[in-house]
Amino acid sequence: MKHRYLPMTEQDKQEMLDRVGVATIDELFADIPEKVRFQGNYNIKPAKSEAALMKELLQLAGKNKDTASNVSFLGAGVYNHYKPVIVDHVISRSEFYTAYTPYQPEISQGELQAIFEFQTMIAELTGMDIANSSMYDGGTALAEAGMLAAGHTRRKKLLVSGAVHPEYKDVVTMYAYGQSIDVVTIPTKDGVTDVEALKGLIDEQTAGVIVQYPNFFGQIENLQPLADITHEAKGLFIVSANPLALGVLTPPGKLGADITVGDAQPFGISEAFGGPHCGYFAVTTKLMRKVPGRLVGETVDQDGRRGYVLTLQAREQHIRRDKATSNICSNQALLALASSVAMTALGKQGMQEMAKQNIVKTRYAKNAFEAAGFEVVYKGAHFNEIVVNTKHNVTQLNKALIEKGIIGGFDLGRVYPELENHALIAVTEIRTKEEIDALVAEMGAYNE
Amino acid sequence: MNNENQTLIFEITKPGRIGYNLEPLDVPNFDLEELIPSNLVRQEAAELPEVSELDIMRHYTALSRRNHGVDSGFYPLGSCTMKYNPKINETVARFSGFANIHPLQDESTVQGAMELLYDLQTSLQEITGMDEVTLQPAAGAHGEWTALMMIRAFHEANGEGHRNKVIVPDSAHGTNPASATVAGFETITIKSGEDGLVDLEDLRRVVGPDTAALMLTNPNTLGLFEENIIEMANIVHGVGGKVYYDGANLNAVMSKARPGDMGFDCVHLNLHKTFTGPHGGGGPGSGPVGVKADLIPFLPKPVLVKKEDGTYHFDYNRPQSIGRVKPYYGNFGINVRAYTYIRTMGPDGLKAVTEYAVLNANYMMRRLEEHYDLPYNRHCKHEFVLSGRRQKKLGVRTLDIAKRLLDFGYHPPTVYFPLNVEEGIMIEPTETESKETLDAFCDAMIQIAQETIDNSALVQEAPHTTVVNRLDETRAARTPVLRYKKQEQVTVS
Ligand SMILES: Cc1ncc(COP(=O)(O)O)c(C=O)c1O
Repeated sequence: MKHRYLPMTEQDKQEMLDRVGVATIDELFADIPEKVRFQGNYNIKPAKSEAALMKELLQLAGKNKDTASNVSFLGAGVYNHYKPVIVDHVISRSEFYTAYTPYQPEISQGELQAIFEFQTMIAELTGMDIANSSMYDGGTALAEAGMLAAGHTRRKKLLVSGAVHPEYKDVVTMYAYGQSIDVVTIPTKDGVTDVEALKGLIDEQTAGVIVQYPNFFGQIENLQPLADITHEAKGLFIVSANPLALGVLTPPGKLGADITVGDAQPFGISEAFGGPHCGYFAVTTKLMRKVPGRLVGETVDQDGRRGYVLTLQAREQHIRRDKATSNICSNQALLALASSVAMTALGKQGMQEMAKQNIVKTRYAKNAFEAAGFEVVYKGAHFNEIVVNTKHNVTQLNKALIEKGIIGGFDLGRVYPELENHALIAVTEIRTKEEIDALVAEMGAYNE
Repeated sequence: MNNENQTLIFEITKPGRIGYNLEPLDVPNFDLEELIPSNLVRQEAAELPEVSELDIMRHYTALSRRNHGVDSGFYPLGSCTMKYNPKINETVARFSGFANIHPLQDESTVQGAMELLYDLQTSLQEITGMDEVTLQPAAGAHGEWTALMMIRAFHEANGEGHRNKVIVPDSAHGTNPASATVAGFETITIKSGEDGLVDLEDLRRVVGPDTAALMLTNPNTLGLFEENIIEMANIVHGVGGKVYYDGANLNAVMSKARPGDMGFDCVHLNLHKTFTGPHGGGGPGSGPVGVKADLIPFLPKPVLVKKEDGTYHFDYNRPQSIGRVKPYYGNFGINVRAYTYIRTMGPDGLKAVTEYAVLNANYMMRRLEEHYDLPYNRHCKHEFVLSGRRQKKLGVRTLDIAKRLLDFGYHPPTVYFPLNVEEGIMIEPTETESKETLDAFCDAMIQIAQETIDNSALVQEAPHTTVVNRLDETRAARTPVLRYKKQEQVTVS
């Protein structure tokens, strides 16, 4: 058959068969036992031409209501942000996206240096000593942080704040089950981790305490007291942080975090129905050799030129096999590149300005909801999300909002029975005053 | 060639320069101290670059020119299936209706995405011969762990939670034993025999009432098909264990043999290999897992189902599910690319893919066998492994040969893997390369073999044409520098 991805001609094929010394390609499969040989063709859809397939898939994509042509107030871990246009131009350079892990540093300096710069920017933002080259996403990064803590302390209990993203917590629980580690939830009070409850739960079996900053309800946790309690019990303090918020919030590294993880999706990465995004993993120097995944380090070549290599590989699966610190191999390198470009474009000034706009616009929304008679529960400081009592079933409400071109907030009742009729509303820098006013007005006008 | 240090973005920073463009604030402004407790207001700004948009483009363009991808040249990296990454995939994944949808939107607003995923799921079921597929795992290793957790849950549900051993051949990829550990199992390694295949006697010796599973790559990492697969599956099933298929090498058997027909109970696929997800410089991937009927109840939550009215739905009502392996529903963007590829190829195309992948590998193997040792001399599948032990006797290591290939503009093969081949050179050409490319690469390999005899220093000191030459890895590991620090900060500390 002829296909644009398959360059062999009939003549090529014949010459090659001759060289191999077989008459047909089938002979090369003679080692597959007759009994299990697959006969015939797969029962899947027939091939489609390039143009016809583009058309079909464009129509399929068109069945979805996207956040580009609708106004989205949905966050809960994945956000609709300003994405500098250059991000896509850089990651579309195929020298980057068609390469694999930089195993051969001499011809992979571009990727290696880009990762080194990513590690630097993440370390800067989080206030941690070092960061790795990426994890699958924020959720698995958090789970690996929990596993690191258990391994490091040789303890078998993790305390996870009830204000951590519920899906992240589910992932932590699954990894923990594999390692026979107990996961205990720290209750919340007024939408933040209950300090007194933590004091009661922590003990000499506690490997680590996990909190989120800002937390799942958008509230900014006061980290230092939580860190102090954790360290008194000789556990590790683990923070899952939205890295954009760290543009204006005191970084976890300055508030006692031993491990800071999260997802760099706010930096130039599309929502993409939940992935691929970009987990990051940052630690203090003392935990450097326990980090999962790849690390890039600076060195010199034989002529003294600066260069970069994958380093401290004795932690990894291809060397340590069953003794490795993690099983991760492929990571999210291209997304790390995307977020590096976005962090670079925003830069020192834009990072602060964008983060601040999230806070200020969310405050505007909060005031607007309250002025319209809605209760905004939880009174602490917030980043870019607030919890609004909508007085109606949120899923039903959202079905009405989408008719007006609005993607409503996350239905908290889906996860927390006590928060039925409450929506988690995200307001990022790209939402305008007009859009926020329209949301409040539509929600005010809604009647089941 | 450039003899200067390539600048870091931080080194071209100039205070006051910007590379972004935000909409001016259109709501009343506040001081942060009015909204946030003062101890939580960042005092020192993060030291991020301050550069213009052109600075950024020049910087990354310069970096890209210091990087080799499949589009730059041949990339026969064994076990990684570095085939052409079709451009239509990139365009489709960027359609707004795929790129700009939120995972927690109401299901009624994302039916197009769910339809695509469902169709991909069912296509992969057919391709693997499995009864159900989950698209949630983010990469191969993540899929391995997911499947092992399901096997664990299966045994526990049958009151056999004591099964704590996972058997892994010595030729297996490092993620196999690592995933077994993360899933709470102990790894038992079995040897490969003289013929490069799993030693059945060794397998019989280690299986028992504590066997949870056997993890097998077929064809194995030597590129050889495990001919005794039926017997191996019987041995493991005979003691109540499960048989796991590492599908990283599916490119070798598509349309020729299906894991589900070979006796496997579960399989993970690397959509970033066989199904053209671009490797991205190390990721992202997608590692779907397929299972046979008795493992279905344990699939991770949520399970994507098609309802009777033809709509798609994420089913969370799965009481025996192992739980959630990843937030949301997997690496959707990679799944879109894989789907586009499958629809581009169709059944005939996928069969041709495998046939040419295997023909290409055999052709190269035969062209090179006189010049390098071929420890396992039989038809290979999509890849083969040479040994550089003949060259080693002349003082030239496989690493040197790999570095010398850089001078010819090639990415070298995988080296020193699998572990059961001395000085291993693992070559996987893939089906998208032309005969001219394969010949030119073989010519280079043959020339290098000759150089090891005539002028071994030329090989030992390679590469000679790259932007940097061999880097001091010992120094990198001994005094790790994992981030840039401003010069004055360094002198202070
Ligand atoms: C045989 C084999 N198994 C498993 C893996 C792991 O896949 P991933 O890198 O996607 O985690 C690889 C990838 O390198 C592989 O070659």
